[in-house]
Amino acid sequence: MGLSRRGDAADMGQKTYQIMVRDTNKQFVCGEDEFVLEAMKRSGCGPVHYGCFGGGCGVCKMRVVLGKYRIEKKMSRRHVSEKEERDRIVLTCCIKPRDDLIIARV
Amino acid sequence: MGFKGTLRPGLVQLRVLDFDETLNFYKNILGLDEVCRTGDGRICLKGYDEFDHHSLTLRLADEAGLDFVAFKVGCPDELEKMKRDVEAFGYPVDTVEAESDQPGFGKRYGFTISTGHRFEIYSEVKLAEKGPMVKNPDIWTEPPRGMRAQRMDHFLLYGPNIAEAERFCKEVLGMFVPEVCNTPDGNRLAAWITSSNKPHDLAFVEYPQPGKIHHLGFYLQDWCDVGNAADWIALNHLKLDIGPTRHAITRGLSIYFWEPSGNRIEVYAGGYTAYPDNPQRVWDSDQLGRGLFYYSGEVVPSFLEIVT
Repeated sequence: MGLSRRGDAADMGQKTYQIMVRDTNKQFVCGEDEFVLEAMKRSGCGPVHYGCFGGGCGVCKMRVVLGKYRIEKKMSRRHVSEKEERDRIVLTCCIKPRDDLIIARV
Repeated sequence: MGFKGTLRPGLVQLRVLDFDETLNFYKNILGLDEVCRTGDGRICLKGYDEFDHHSLTLRLADEAGLDFVAFKVGCPDELEKMKRDVEAFGYPVDTVEAESDQPGFGKRYGFTISTGHRFEIYSEVKLAEKGPMVKNPDIWTEPPRGMRAQRMDHFLLYGPNIAEAERFCKEVLGMFVPEVCNTPDGNRLAAWITSSNKPHDLAFVEYPQPGKIHHLGFYLQDWCDVGNAADWIALNHLKLDIGPTRHAITRGLSIYFWEPSGNRIEVYAGGYTAYPDNPQRVWDSDQLGRGLFYYSGEVVPSFLEIVT
């Protein structure tokens, strides 16, 4: 397992969460201070492409089926409308978990 | 004046999602200088080796992407003639008054081309206060920062009907087309277009959605600086797309990555010297992998598919 941006979440004493990808039935660990897409890339089990990691290109768009999360970076309105945001559709490069999550491809 | 029509792309306005990480990128990692801020909060920047007032304006918005690109024309008479030519080509033209939304810039004429992009033309712009030296000039006045970008260089635009856009650039903007890529049935897939000796001032790729930008390119001194840029990408955890590599198309030495708002940036050095009388280089679309990435010869899906 490679290091994430802030080092491995568990090693750094961060609280971690389990993220389940419903489409593949695979799970990965994500630190509380880690963007979900970064953890997904590190784990190698994501079903979406990895693009700009900046909230701009939209390729990591998914739905959070279950669990609390925080949007910590602005998501381009081109790719996530206000209604979609209310419907828990996110760019996974912009959210951090506050619970174990179940995420799915849209 | 050696060029006919436009001199170069001189101004781009980009939409960004924040002014924290993103502005830090443009100033301290890419190495541009902040010139000024507008009354409505946009930020104007330029490369250390650029003479004109500014070349990049960042606008805070809900989505990343391109507002417009503007080309500098040699003189006011040429500008007025070109405006009439744009109208004769069939594009309605609007006027942006001098010193209105872009500090330092004279009157601009704007219009939308077939690919859905807003183009502007202008001839007058103030020199920057902090431009390159001209009297017994040193190579720079302050050590360049970060990736040491010298200037804005070019952009790649995605949109529909690039055949018309290419014809417009030739017939109205006075540009020529050193290199193209065609599909097996003979249609344009991509065109590299210039008004100068640079292999491209802009390029188009045929794409169903209008008004998209693939990347904005900045010029570096040489291959060593492309490597230096790669170090800055890694150090700052920017998302790399491709490179360092060489293009066979344009022959540029290159690296692509995304800035923190998700606009793709290229930093680029070298490239062949283009002349309008040279034969056009022609690529078949099944050879595009080698054309784009000469070393690997493979097209990377993210490179072709992700635009803002």
